[in-house]
Amino acid sequence: MEDETVKYELRLYVAGKTAKSVAALANLKKYCEEYLKGQYTIEVIDLLVQPQLAEGDQIFAIPTLVRKVPEPIRKIIGDLSNEEKVLVGLNIRPR
Amino acid sequence: MSKEKKEEKPNFPSLPKSQTGITGLDEITGGGLPQGRPTLICGEAGCGKTLMSLEFIVRGATEFKEPGIFMAFEEKAEELAMNVASLGFDLIKLQTDNMVKIDHVHIDRSEIEETGEYDLEGLFIRLGYSIDSIGAKRVVLDTLENLFSGLTDQTILRAELRRLFNFLKDKGVTAIITGEKGEGPSLTRQGLEEYVSDCVILLDHRVINQISTRRLRVIKYRGSQHGTNEYPFLIDEDGISVLPVTSLKLGKDVSSSRVSSGIPALDSMLGGHGFFKGSSVLVSGTAGTGKTSIAAYFANETCNGGNRCLYFAFEESPKQIIRNMKSINVDMQKHIDNNLLQFYASRPTLYGLEMHLVAIYKLIKKFKPAAVVLDPITNLITVGSVSEVKSMLIRLIDFLQEEQITVMFTALTLNTIISDQTDEGVSSLVDAWLLVRDIEYNGERNRGMYIMKSRGMKHSNQVREFVITDNGLDLVDVYLGPEGVLTGSAREAEKLKEKTGLALRDFAVSRKDKEIMRKRMMLESKITNLKAEFESVEDELNKIYLEEELKQQIIEKNRDEITRMRRGTTGADKNKS
Repeated sequence: MEDETVKYELRLYVAGKTAKSVAALANLKKYCEEYLKGQYTIEVIDLLVQPQLAEGDQIFAIPTLVRKVPEPIRKIIGDLSNEEKVLVGLNIRPR
Repeated sequence: MSKEKKEEKPNFPSLPKSQTGITGLDEITGGGLPQGRPTLICGEAGCGKTLMSLEFIVRGATEFKEPGIFMAFEEKAEELAMNVASLGFDLIKLQTDNMVKIDHVHIDRSEIEETGEYDLEGLFIRLGYSIDSIGAKRVVLDTLENLFSGLTDQTILRAELRRLFNFLKDKGVTAIITGEKGEGPSLTRQGLEEYVSDCVILLDHRVINQISTRRLRVIKYRGSQHGTNEYPFLIDEDGISVLPVTSLKLGKDVSSSRVSSGIPALDSMLGGHGFFKGSSVLVSGTAGTGKTSIAAYFANETCNGGNRCLYFAFEESPKQIIRNMKSINVDMQKHIDNNLLQFYASRPTLYGLEMHLVAIYKLIKKFKPAAVVLDPITNLITVGSVSEVKSMLIRLIDFLQEEQITVMFTALTLNTIISDQTDEGVSSLVDAWLLVRDIEYNGERNRGMYIMKSRGMKHSNQVREFVITDNGLDLVDVYLGPEGVLTGSAREAEKLKEKTGLALRDFAVSRKDKEIMRKRMMLESKITNLKAEFESVEDELNKIYLEEELKQQIIEKNRDEITRMRRGTTGADKNKS
């Protein structure tokens, strides 16, 4: 199946260890393990450490999850607490 | 007491302001926008919000060496750079020099999904990073409201906005936030004004009679005095120019030196010296009364004195004026060649009044003339209402008086009955008002001129006849006879008649004189006759008297003789003794 071969490159932008950021990362890891096992990479970028990266991905809200691959780029903002929305947003589960 | 007050003042430092560098805006706001605080600029689409805020950044970088961040929520950096390149702003160079940073925040709703809690820390970090990276003193957020269309959670947004403004204040940057005008009484669609309370500027773009005018108004400015009127502004190749309708006070310097009008007889009507330097003069009259000639004479005289003159022609082309003035012995070409005279001709309908005013301002600033002629102002009425023309002229006169430039307006009056008010309603503004009018009498038309007013100087109350000859302009005393005021050939005829009368009278007088002479001669001869007669009578009388006396003497002598003879003495004895 084609779906199986798709690699997901995900980037999560956070700003320090805030409750929202921690929750977002935990949620993301949980969904990925559940639905994309073995075919994803997660890069966590802390903007407090690397503020210059905010512009490149057009980040204005925190936390923001960016799906770099596969195209097109998708963004999900918030603590990712709504599983359904995240899956639809990442296009993992067809709408 | 006043000394004490003066000493007290420095205890209350005025609000620090950051100059915008935008022509006129700093004047209205009394020095610029509040430093270190956010300012809201709101208005409808296309009223110049983005440009004004961008100019604030660019001028800050180029004129005040204050780096600035322009955070664009609408346009991309390249688009912005392109848009303002026509105004002479080189955004790309300023960016490579690290004086300006343009950060385009792209919010696309279709790409974004919202789940759960979030905040705008990303924006803060981004802004904070940009500010720190170039040491920005100025920040523009254009237009923040795009956040509202990109994100759904309004409560988060509003809380974050409040935080954003506090963040900007903490950073100590002077910020401009732009916002679209909302429905009804609210200034912005999302009510941004409730977050920004230090300074709010409203821009407006109205079209009246097919001519659009941009206007600006400072709605509030906490802790500072500001002009509260609506000020027209315009966008041209030098950016934004705001034109204060009137300067805040009437505190101009005045000069008591005089400038000649070029017509000696007119100068003598004006107390002998002409107009005051820096005053405004209105020449009004019906068509063909020689208004332009008077204006050209004035311009010519100014140039003859070695001063510069700027001539704004709204009716005729410069070449036409030069040709026409040659016919009355005024050579304007030579002054143009000497760079003393400059013409600026344009049709009033070419653009709106504001644009005209700015064009005039700019030329005056560049050419620095001693005198300005506007010929005629009547045509401006075609592009604006009376009150607009008036307000434009007020501003112009204010400006000119500040610069100590003498100005002459010509105005066409359509009715032959002299109205107290010209069409433009400027007669109350000007310092001197000359009126040229037709005097129709005896089957011909002549020009009469008089001075309606001339502030601060003695001026003639007489109507003079204004004549245009091959040699130039002159004023002639009108004939005031038993038949009233006469001009033109009637005046000449009357003068002739008077001359004839004089000759006749002279003749009559001389005849009378001769008669008197004759009479006198006759009388005198009579007097000599009578005198002679009197003398002969007197002689006669004297003769008798003498004879009588002689007789008496002889008789006495005889008596003595007789007596002596009786005594016996002779006449010989008597001789001995």
